[in-house]
Amino acid sequence: MNNREYQQIDPQALATPPPEHMPKRARRRWEVFPGKNRFCCDGRVMVARQGGVLPLTLALILITSGLFFVFDCPFLVEHLTSCIPAIGGVLFVFVIISLLQTSFTDPGILPRATPEEAADIEKQIDNPTGSSSSYRPPPRTKEVVINQQVVKLKYCFTCKIFRPPRTSHCSLCDNCVERFDHHCPWVGNCVGKRNYRFFYTFIVSLSFLTAFIFGCVTTHLALRSQGGNGLVFALQASPFSFTFSTALELVVCFFSVWSILGLSGFHTYLVAANLTTNEDIKGSWSGKSGNEDVGNPYSYNSIVKNCCSVLCGPMPPSLIDRRGFVPSDDSVQTSPVEIELPAAKNNRNMVGRAVTSGRPPPPPPPPVVTLQQPDISIQSHSTA
Amino acid sequence: MAETHSLQDLRQAAVASKVFVQRDYTSGTICKFQTKFPAELESRIDKQQFEETIQTLNNLYAEAEKLGGRSYLEGCLACLTAYTIFLCMETHYEKVLKKIAKYIQEQNEKIYAPLGLLLTDPIERGLRVVEITIFEDRSIGSR
Repeated sequence: MNNREYQQIDPQALATPPPEHMPKRARRRWEVFPGKNRFCCDGRVMVARQGGVLPLTLALILITSGLFFVFDCPFLVEHLTSCIPAIGGVLFVFVIISLLQTSFTDPGILPRATPEEAADIEKQIDNPTGSSSSYRPPPRTKEVVINQQVVKLKYCFTCKIFRPPRTSHCSLCDNCVERFDHHCPWVGNCVGKRNYRFFYTFIVSLSFLTAFIFGCVTTHLALRSQGGNGLVFALQASPFSFTFSTALELVVCFFSVWSILGLSGFHTYLVAANLTTNEDIKGSWSGKSGNEDVGNPYSYNSIVKNCCSVLCGPMPPSLIDRRGFVPSDDSVQTSPVEIELPAAKNNRNMVGRAVTSGRPPPPPPPPVVTLQQPDISIQSHSTA
Repeated sequence: MAETHSLQDLRQAAVASKVFVQRDYTSGTICKFQTKFPAELESRIDKQQFEETIQTLNNLYAEAEKLGGRSYLEGCLACLTAYTIFLCMETHYEKVLKKIAKYIQEQNEKIYAPLGLLLTDPIERGLRVVEITIFEDRSIGSR
């Protein structure tokens, strides 16, 4: 049982080929990543295992915007102003880019503990009474005082770490995510520390876009009915495609405006209070338990500062090394040691950029394992 | 290469044990490591030296995560360009991470390798721990 747990980090490396034989192809870390994520473009792009309804979200946005540009823009440019397609275009570009970034960016996944780390933690919290556990021992927690608030850090049995504050384990993705907000099926990814600003940009720009399209379509209809004998006559005189597209746009935008605008408002409140959806739902800091001294220890107590820190703060790097190489366990004399390949550092600098599509990586170094000092990181900077 | 002479020797040494310096969350979610001196290192290294290393690391991480004019400017600029600027530009955080990697390498070469120790860059461990590998004390390198 213990062996199986230790294999979690590198499940396939233990089923090694004969030691004399060099592996034919060095495998990258994303191929042995233990969470439920899917990777594309050789590890540059990642999504949750369940794509959720991301294709539906994209389809709705593309179709509605497409119909708007094709059917409504020409009329409105003629009768009103040519700013309309320009504004619509800018909003559309913002929406699509922020949606793709939300979906494909690492939300702040914490890599699982190495076997040595896990063993070290186990030693520290070992039950002194030495209970022979055929059952799972009681949940392990550590308490930390942050800003005069007592915060409980829970132990994650899957990742074998004590979760940092505000970190939560997403069961859909099977990863611990830092500053976990929620798992959004519409974007097909968790929303966490690294992609919250993209998510916020997405919902705000989407609410503007849907409101804008709704307004334009309504204006279009109003202008058309002015010319003739009313709305019904105007519709009857128009081709079927126009009627159909207008109806579709109105329906989609009407429902979207209310829901997305509401969501944007909610998240604006969360940003201003420096809360996550997870904390808000659980009522961690709202004093529901009757303790009046409870307050959010992470808030700067200033709306402006909270907004700035959440949306404009420094962009943290990705902690999981997707494109590094998995060490092949050739030199096994120090078998419990997880030997870091210099390549891991090389490629991490590429992965560290919080982008959807990375640059072409440096040429992969040979997968020979030695306990080398990772000084190659300095040399690689000049090529980065 | 002369400077890796003592590190080359570590290659042949066997790993005796590993010590993990955990994160210090008392200041919130910023990246900060505990400066408490681990008992296993008492025979190997000077307490003050170790604390100085950890403190410097903490200061570097604080610099990376600092909320100030520069980071706000970077964030606003990124927002206006729909975050596409991250494709071309290296973020401030990444620049500081490179500084940290260089510092750790220097520390390893100058101080820790001659004592039979090796610091692992915390980014390799997801910024969870500072891993210090203790090698068996054969005659390693030059003292």
